[in-house]
Amino acid sequence: MFSDFSAAELSAIFAMQGFAGLILFAVFVLMALGLAIIFGQMGVINMAHGEFMILGAYVTYMTSNLFASHFPQLFGSYFLFAIVFAFFAAALLGALVEWSMIRFLYHRPLDTLLATWGLSLIMQQTYRSIFGAREVGVVIPDWLMGSYQLTDMIEVPINGLFVMALAVLATLFVAALMYRSRWGKQVRAVVQNRPMAGAVGINTARVDRLTFALGCGIAGVAGSAFTMIGSTGPSSGQLYIVDTFLVVVFGGAGSLLGTVASAFSISQSQSILEFFMGGSMAKVLTLLVVVIILMFRPQGLFSLKVRR
Amino acid sequence: MDHSNDSRPFKQTRRKFLSTTVTAITAAVMMASMPMAVQAAAPATAEVNTTGLAVTDNTVKVGILHSITGTMAISEEGSVQAEILAIEQINAMGGVLGRKIEYIQEDGASDWPTFADRSNKLLRQDKVAAVFGCWTSASRKAVLPIFERYNGMLYYPTFYEGLEQSPNVIYTGQEATQQVLAGLDWVAEDKGAKTFYLIGSDYIWPRTSNKIARTHIEQHLGGQVVGEDYFPLGHTSFNSVINRIRLRKPDVIFASVVGGSNVAFYRQLKAAGLDMTKEDFSLLTISVTEDEILGIGGENIEGAYASMKYFQSLPNENNEAFVKAFKERWGADAVIGDVTQAAYLGPWLWKAAVEAAGSFDVDRVRAASPDIELNTAPEGYVRIHENHHLWSKGRIGHAQRNGQFKVVHETEELMEPDPFPAGYQ
Amino acid sequence: MPFSSFKDYMPRQDLLAFVVLALLLVVILPLTLDVMRLNQTGKFLSFAFVAVGLVLCWGYGGILSLGQGVFYGLGGYALAMYLKLEASTPENTRIQTTPGIPDFMDWNRITELPWFWEPFYSLTFSILAVVVVPMIVAYLIGLAMFKRRVGGVYFAIITQSIAAILTILIIGQQGLTGGVNGITDLRTLNGWNIHTDSASYVLYFVCVALLFACLLIAQYIRRCKTGRILVAMRGQEDRVRFSGYDIANFKIFVFCIGAAFAGIGGAMFTLQEGFMSPSFVGVVPSIEMVIFCAVGGRLSIIGAVYGVLLVSVAKTVFGENFPELWLFAMGLIFIGVVLGLPNGIAGLYANYVGPHVDRLLDRIFGKQTPSEQAQPVQPPLEPNSQGATP
Repeated sequence: MFSDFSAAELSAIFAMQGFAGLILFAVFVLMALGLAIIFGQMGVINMAHGEFMILGAYVTYMTSNLFASHFPQLFGSYFLFAIVFAFFAAALLGALVEWSMIRFLYHRPLDTLLATWGLSLIMQQTYRSIFGAREVGVVIPDWLMGSYQLTDMIEVPINGLFVMALAVLATLFVAALMYRSRWGKQVRAVVQNRPMAGAVGINTARVDRLTFALGCGIAGVAGSAFTMIGSTGPSSGQLYIVDTFLVVVFGGAGSLLGTVASAFSISQSQSILEFFMGGSMAKVLTLLVVVIILMFRPQGLFSLKVRR
Repeated sequence: MDHSNDSRPFKQTRRKFLSTTVTAITAAVMMASMPMAVQAAAPATAEVNTTGLAVTDNTVKVGILHSITGTMAISEEGSVQAEILAIEQINAMGGVLGRKIEYIQEDGASDWPTFADRSNKLLRQDKVAAVFGCWTSASRKAVLPIFERYNGMLYYPTFYEGLEQSPNVIYTGQEATQQVLAGLDWVAEDKGAKTFYLIGSDYIWPRTSNKIARTHIEQHLGGQVVGEDYFPLGHTSFNSVINRIRLRKPDVIFASVVGGSNVAFYRQLKAAGLDMTKEDFSLLTISVTEDEILGIGGENIEGAYASMKYFQSLPNENNEAFVKAFKERWGADAVIGDVTQAAYLGPWLWKAAVEAAGSFDVDRVRAASPDIELNTAPEGYVRIHENHHLWSKGRIGHAQRNGQFKVVHETEELMEPDPFPAGYQ
Repeated sequence: MPFSSFKDYMPRQDLLAFVVLALLLVVILPLTLDVMRLNQTGKFLSFAFVAVGLVLCWGYGGILSLGQGVFYGLGGYALAMYLKLEASTPENTRIQTTPGIPDFMDWNRITELPWFWEPFYSLTFSILAVVVVPMIVAYLIGLAMFKRRVGGVYFAIITQSIAAILTILIIGQQGLTGGVNGITDLRTLNGWNIHTDSASYVLYFVCVALLFACLLIAQYIRRCKTGRILVAMRGQEDRVRFSGYDIANFKIFVFCIGAAFAGIGGAMFTLQEGFMSPSFVGVVPSIEMVIFCAVGGRLSIIGAVYGVLLVSVAKTVFGENFPELWLFAMGLIFIGVVLGLPNGIAGLYANYVGPHVDRLLDRIFGKQTPSEQAQPVQPPLEPNSQGATP
């Protein structure tokens, strides 16, 4: 396979493959970040996570239509607005869901699984009813299309770079929020010892609600970014769930570093295996390895909690 | 679900009602001014229905079985619309054997066992005279034993892998050799292609199509397959395989990626700098129609070639009338892909066969079907073959930025359908 | 005998529930439904096996498995392979390039039967495989998970991943498994045509009989000491462990039973439907199987059967008349049952109808002793319910 190419060409290909892996890594990080926050905070697995992402995607679609019809001269910048709108839309919906449903289920994480699954069904059908069963095409602004010539032979997709930048920003933002802000301190307190945190005057209910909203908001941002990469349709959310859950669970509860590490390892393994042995087998192998490792170390790579 | 006077739930109800009324009034006026000879007395029910189908003196029931919910709803929506349009047009012309068609619409819910359940209901409980339905091969395979056991007739619109020839199905879409061979022959001749990279979703249709493609490339075109890759349904990250493609530098990428993966694939292909409009390589696909481009985005697939038998932009009279009627009925934004047109053919072919047989009995319809011709098909002309597939021309379309295709090639002759191609199995 | 009397094994209320269910399934439904709808009911009942298994796993053991589709599929495919080989005699398949092998193998240019298909020529092996293969897989998964004390949400996610993996494998290896189409066009079981109307009746009653067998086994487990330990485990696992019991073994046991039941359900579905497809193996159908159990009441094995029937009938009625509304309805059912009706229909019955029935039975048969009373239907919510523990 490699014999017909010069060393320069080969190294170019490998460099591009490395970028492909990094882009996949960024995708996983964005997908998993929101869920990891919620899971770490409340032990809740939000099965509707994919649908929150798609909400962000649909908001992006609507923003692009809005700009195309009312502010055509600003069209190039609509995407940045769309991301912000997506964040707030998803966060608002998340807060609403938490208030109406999740907060009754905190002591029953398995039931939350089922309830959020029901929510995902409702959201899917709502999208289908409002936007139609067909996928919608989100028009990407020109500056995000195409690829960037790093060198003569190395081309990197611009939207990939954008997604990477977005993932880095999101992670830094969340890290800063968690470890530098007052609110973040409250969140960490509640995660470590909820009764005591409540006893010292922290409003745990409000912290929970804001955390859930933040997690959903990030999901919305991820969905918005993915309009560049994937399809936007009522059932597109289902494409992402299993991967997202695995990344979160593999990384360990309540650990930001764990999520990043787990996203990195899974994405790299999948990307490298895909290069050598084709899509299906790569996916199966990656999933199998992750499951086996989880069987040996069920708390994930990094875990805050030592006790079961 | 009985829909003699359809009003689609949720969206566009009022608009459809208005346009339906306008069509009906126009049709009524036209009918009133038609010569009396056309409106002959309908043959007696006892003559045309000896097997207990749902036929009365004025009506005949048929079934429409597609996915209205679930992931396949994206693709099957067009087929439903086309079949309903055809039925309405036939009714406006007087119906079949003097009887108006009433259709019962069932939802397969993108779930094959549900398709089986609903077809049971349509055939055994509702006793419909014909069913227009299914899209994926899996749904067809699930319902096939039921149609064969209870002697129903299914009109199946999707281009598929062949390898089947049931007495109870009329296949109105292309089978693999018609699609694959025509496309490969053209790209080898027109573009001088020698090396091919085959990429598809991981299930029977792409695998079978690629098997046929590989045989044809290696044994008949003297070319070489430099790569063959499959991805699970729903897969969305193609950057690795794009790098592989870069490594192998094929003349042609032969793509049979389906569903949600389509969008991801073409966007990522374009983002990686592989520009199909630049002619360094060609991309030939057998899985992208105007419907899929809605999700992909015309600007992302501009420059690709598709091998189909129908494109919305086909320049003939039948098609212009068809596109106009379709847009009036379903909205000016509607697009019409190959499967939608094939679905449209279903009711017309059934009507022609019933009238040739003079009866609704499935056995008589089946006996009358071979050599039934349709000169009014939007794709031009089709004829039913003995093996229940259609003689039709193959075409190559060049994807344009606006989501339509420009037809760049048409086979001179009608292609004979060959679901069991010798030498390719 | 672990039971001192029959009444220990089957208290009055439980006996009444069994009798009523038997009346419904054996007498009322066959008399009132036509053969097509009865066949459909039989297919619904195949999911009841899974639901009963989940009552034991989840309701009693606290193990939520979101991958029961895996076991349902394994059992279904085992029998489907036998049926397919029977239908693919050289006589039937003479138009193929290689007669005598299933059609989908021929399309994929396979020229000889893969080794792992060979044993399925035997009916005995296939029937055994229906029960044993899911149990072996469950045993392996259980061993790996429960010995390491993985439970709760983590376990649920991992079972989901396993379901996803198996789906991809089955669809991808279409030469060996039939791929996304599944194994279709099954015709006869050891020479007996499974598609005639009389066959539909026979299969329905066989399904009901097997279901009752599973129900009786489940009742046994519930009422004997294992059942009490399971209930104790679900509430306070550590205390049971400190009392000297090996928790992991109990969990593995009940998980394997659930898997075996699911496998039988899959096989019954294959017989009544005439094909088996990977659409039952994946993530989505596995979660739907849980809802049957939740609606019925996760501590009630009889309730599970009613839950299955109710949700399936609702699905069919909606699907045939208002397909777009069905997803809304199902989503609301999920949310409603979890929020408002955590004990399902059985809970409603126990709270509102049960006491009246009890008094009626008291008057007819005399009062019961405490040991004879049926177990309460109020579960102490969830195991180890302090937030984010695995």
